[in-house]
Amino acid sequence: MEEDIKPDRKINIKGLVCPYTFVKAKLAVEDMEIGQVIEILLDYEEASRSIPKSMEDHGQKVLKIEKINDTDWVLVIRKEKE
Amino acid sequence: MDFTEDQLQRYSRHIILPEVGGKGQRKLLAAKVFIVGAGGLGCPVGYYLTAAGVGTLGIIDNDSVELSNLQRQIAHSTKTIGMHKIDSAKATFEALNPDVSVIGIKERISKDNILDLIKGYDIVVDGSDNFPTRYLVNDACVMAKKPLVSGAILKFEGHVTTIVPGEGHCYRCLFEEMPPPGLVPSCQEAGVIGAIPGVVGSLQAIEVFKLILGKGDVLKNTLLIYDALKTTFRRIKVPKNPNCPVCGDNPTIRELLDYDAGYCAVR
Ligand SMILES: [Zn+2]
Repeated sequence: MEEDIKPDRKINIKGLVCPYTFVKAKLAVEDMEIGQVIEILLDYEEASRSIPKSMEDHGQKVLKIEKINDTDWVLVIRKEKE
Repeated sequence: MDFTEDQLQRYSRHIILPEVGGKGQRKLLAAKVFIVGAGGLGCPVGYYLTAAGVGTLGIIDNDSVELSNLQRQIAHSTKTIGMHKIDSAKATFEALNPDVSVIGIKERISKDNILDLIKGYDIVVDGSDNFPTRYLVNDACVMAKKPLVSGAILKFEGHVTTIVPGEGHCYRCLFEEMPPPGLVPSCQEAGVIGAIPGVVGSLQAIEVFKLILGKGDVLKNTLLIYDALKTTFRRIKVPKNPNCPVCGDNPTIRELLDYDAGYCAVR
């Protein structure tokens, strides 16, 4: 895991559930340039697994999946593909 | 264009598809599609294009809703019998999705109005029920270089083909001339099993999506034949005919013809 990457963009999707967690994350990634990094804050447990999996399926690079407290996760993803 | 929260929900199953995404959904919302006929095929095509958020739909028809239509024409209802098909279909589509602008034209399509009518649209869908209109729409789309998704239904059979002028075949490459009126089924022979327009119209709608999105392969140089009795789909190769009278190397049809009446339309 790469620890010291500074995200180009941060989104907070706490309170959202599937599939809107992925809808928001995907739209944010679409708006970024290749090579840019996004940090996603979420509290829907299932999305902490499904977003990284779908992002990898769509060709993006998952840099970090971290549970930061009792309720929240942070994902860090680098855009590799349009 | 940013999506509203309603649009995020409405189109979420599109946005999460890699082949569509937010970019593809914006293309759908910006697209303009012209549908010939608000009958068996025009109803499901219009319904699914509306549901998908295809931003502008033109639709032309000159008939009113009859009780005998309701066995297969899903945009109309018992309550809209007697209403103009355009008003009936427009009300159905607008109730389904307010994002879509439905432009209804209460006219008969003809050689005098078709080129003007299709001018502002990206794609044409033929849901007409007779040979003169099918040939008119084909020739006009070839001349105007508009992609055309053509569908036809009769009894237990459905046909779909996608004509991309300049790239693939056209309807006249497949059947150069209209069949003589005697060979066309008369009104009383022209039964149609319910739901077959749903199969064919849905296939047409998906062809339209792929043309708009630029994804996948459309039925270019191909005729798809659905046999509902056997439950089979057959793909027939249709090469572009270099001697085709309208899209060939030396076309003999250079302007729209008088596409005879004398045919019985399946209402
Ligand atoms: Zn041709």
